[in-house]
Amino acid sequence: MSAVVTAVPFATQSVSADPKVKSRIRGLNFYYGNLQALKNIDMVVYEHAVTALIGPSGCGKSTLLRCFNRMHDLTPHTRYEGEIRLYPDDVNIVSSDIDPIEVRMRISMVFQKPNPFPKSIYENVAYGLRVRGVKARSELDGRVEAALRGAALWEEVKDRLEEPGTALSGGQQQRLCIARALATDPEIVLFDEPTSALDPIATASIEDLIISMAGSVTILIVTHNMQQAARVSSYTAFMYLGELVEYGPTTELFTRPRHQRTSDYLTGRFG
Amino acid sequence: MPSAQRSLIRPRIHHRDIKERLVEAFLFICATSAVAVTTAIVVVLVYESAGFFERVSIVDFLTDTMWTPLFAEARYGILPLLCGTLLAAGVALLVAVPLGLMVALYLSEFAPVKVRESVKPFLELLEGVPTVVYGYFALLFVTPLLQNVIPDLPGFNVLSPGIVIGIMIVPYVGSVSEDAMRAVPNALREASYACGATRLQTTLRVVMPAAASGIAAAFVLGIARATGETMVVAIAAGQQPNLTLDPTEPAATITAYIVQVALGDLPHGSIGYQSIFAAGLVLLLITLLFNILAHLLRMRFREAY
Amino acid sequence: MASISPSIAVEAAVPGVAEIRANVVRRRRWDIVFAVVGFLATSVGVVTLLALFVDLVMDGYHRLTPDFFLSFPSRRAAEAGILSAWVGTCLVMMVTAAIGVPLAVSAGIYLEEYAPRNWVTTLIEINVSNLAAVPSIVYGLLALGLFVYALGFGQSILSAGLTLALMIMPVVVVATREAVRAVPHTIREAAYAVGATRWQATRDHVLPYSIPGIATGVIIGLARAIGETAPLITIGALTFIAYLPDPPISTKPPFVSFDWLWSGFTVLPIQMFNWVSRPGTAFHANAAAAGIVIVVLTLAMNGFAIYLRYRLRKRITW
Ligand SMILES: Nc1ncnc2c1ncn2[C@@H]1O[C@H](COP(=O)(O)OP(=O)(O)O)[C@@H](O)[C@H]1O
Ligand SMILES: [Mg+2]
Repeated sequence: MSAVVTAVPFATQSVSADPKVKSRIRGLNFYYGNLQALKNIDMVVYEHAVTALIGPSGCGKSTLLRCFNRMHDLTPHTRYEGEIRLYPDDVNIVSSDIDPIEVRMRISMVFQKPNPFPKSIYENVAYGLRVRGVKARSELDGRVEAALRGAALWEEVKDRLEEPGTALSGGQQQRLCIARALATDPEIVLFDEPTSALDPIATASIEDLIISMAGSVTILIVTHNMQQAARVSSYTAFMYLGELVEYGPTTELFTRPRHQRTSDYLTGRFG
Repeated sequence: MPSAQRSLIRPRIHHRDIKERLVEAFLFICATSAVAVTTAIVVVLVYESAGFFERVSIVDFLTDTMWTPLFAEARYGILPLLCGTLLAAGVALLVAVPLGLMVALYLSEFAPVKVRESVKPFLELLEGVPTVVYGYFALLFVTPLLQNVIPDLPGFNVLSPGIVIGIMIVPYVGSVSEDAMRAVPNALREASYACGATRLQTTLRVVMPAAASGIAAAFVLGIARATGETMVVAIAAGQQPNLTLDPTEPAATITAYIVQVALGDLPHGSIGYQSIFAAGLVLLLITLLFNILAHLLRMRFREAY
Repeated sequence: MASISPSIAVEAAVPGVAEIRANVVRRRRWDIVFAVVGFLATSVGVVTLLALFVDLVMDGYHRLTPDFFLSFPSRRAAEAGILSAWVGTCLVMMVTAAIGVPLAVSAGIYLEEYAPRNWVTTLIEINVSNLAAVPSIVYGLLALGLFVYALGFGQSILSAGLTLALMIMPVVVVATREAVRAVPHTIREAAYAVGATRWQATRDHVLPYSIPGIATGVIIGLARAIGETAPLITIGALTFIAYLPDPPISTKPPFVSFDWLWSGFTVLPIQMFNWVSRPGTAFHANAAAAGIVIVVLTLAMNGFAIYLRYRLRKRITW
């Protein structure tokens, strides 16, 4: 098969020679009531890299992503089977023995639509720390600033930390949500189509941010925008109808897909 | 042929047209009766009160501390009645705020669907119990119960009807605040949980503040209801105007006074007769005030979401 | 399926994890505490309802004999009954239903199906929601000034029925509007497409579909009217009525009579109020017995309405 995607500019996301595994999904099935939304997924997530989940709408990308922070536990009649092991301590985070709150304290998330709390910018970022019981103002101050810097928002908001987070522009709100997700030093940050509600300029800045974060945190990102996957990720998983069809380094998957469905999707024949 | 057909259809259409207009006019008149009723309420209250204020000065009415319309030397100071009304509403609120808030938080954020679906009909039934029955309950069940705790509580007191009114408005306050909390977008809850918050933290730190103005509106509407409540206080609070802030004493509310006068045989046009309209006007103004306040709070809430 | 051969680097247990677990356990505890407290708070309502009912039954069940329903009030507690009260309630409710329901349903239909978006409509809507907030005793004052004296209806069943009709109007209007709104537009369009006029479409299609919803509102409204006491006391309902109004139907022509409309009356809740406010306990059993009758009546109606609505919601419509 020839290279199917030529118009995609790849970022300089290199695949390191000996990547560490941050998480391993094994035989994962997921059910909404009787509907099986994920079918026997096997996959690894590498540490300090960006892994993209792509596929047509409804194929289960968000469902898989939300398994990582047990968000489905908030919906009645949902069920996980199989495992998602988190390293280095090797726990199965979808096991019912593990408290979802524990999982969410280690793995944070950024949503499709920016969803800042109707609180001040400062309190938005400090929220995760406050619920953990951090009270010392100096610690909060330091970590809020670090998170805002990490989300490339500090310079824009440092003089108005007490203003409501909801008063920011869409792109700024999303970076605020990223800061909120970073403030608690998560091991993995999950992104569910973080730019689909944003304009192109805001999108570009979020993409830059994601690329720059990858050095220090593991990132899983759902996107239905193939160019975005190509730009930001080192690894890409292609899903279809609840199954993982193909997974590999982004450049390989995009230039030499091994499955017909993958290449059909990449060339825009469906999806 | 076409012209013949048309002449067959025309008259029917014309006939239908008239009927349509008549129906619409009838429906419109029914709808405007709402405006007519409001107007009539205001006119009747203002008209009869005007007669009252010809004989009693507004200043006396608002500042005199005695309400003794049935005495030889009658005095018409609304303060004791107002005080009794607000005292009863205050006690009711002390019960309804914590309970209503807990009920709303629990039902909206904690209760499993099954529990919620089976509890809510009961709460609605509680709302459907006639107030005269609550009055009986306050006088003959709650007061004796309270007398076990407060030995020298008189048989008539504000505390017991206040508590009963509080419980009575819990379903209302609870369901209005629950609506406000449910209107908080799920995206905020998800954001909170994704930060590692527990259910209680999400409820108290995110949902409740986000719904605060809606919840406040629910409580204001609750006070409005408590203020207008009649039978419970008329039965269980005693009917003596009493300028006091002590809920263990008997007192009369505006509503209880109206009932008391209506039960007697005051001649139409007498000052006693007119006084209940003046009292009713004050009551209406208070409820109106609370309702406007609730409306403003709700507007603020709607603006946010 | 496809994967890349990994090299897992398992380290010793992450130091943070134990700390995280302890933190979660600590915070989780409060969730459980609140779930319990919240449940208890919610049950206060249910418990109150039970206590209230049990209290009434304990105090009054022994008075619930056939005689109780067939006797007039009396100075002797043991002989007093609720005959005039329940007859009065029935007659007043007939007036309320006959006037209030058509009025409110028509208003609801107008607001939902006909009303143009203009200031008149807005004014009507504001008035409906304001009326819902007006304390019931104020309706009594309105009726006293308007029906009893200005219109000269006196302290009659007619005045009482009209008063309660106005009082339940907002409830029924709101229920009607909700029910009518729930009928999908396709139904109306289908009717218009075959040449129906607005009223024909409303009468033949929209109304039949919305009847269960309207019925819910009507039943709740009437249940409230049955239990309502204050406005009727205000218009001067007598509490000692040892006679029945003229019967509406007679064996002699013209067979129907409307004299009863002008009759004095009492109703169940007023009778109960009268008994409960007598000093001494002799009459309290009567009050409790009357209370049982009222509670059973109103709760049955409310329960039926709630059931109707539940069925409505469950039927996944259209
Ligand atoms: N809460 C839910 N309840 C039932 N089915 C759901 C729910 N959320 C998603 N689904 C179904 O699961 C499948 C996968 O959905 P999702 O993961 O959201 O897809 P994607 O993010 O790839 O567009 C879809 O068929 C969708 O209809
Ligand atoms: Mg999705």
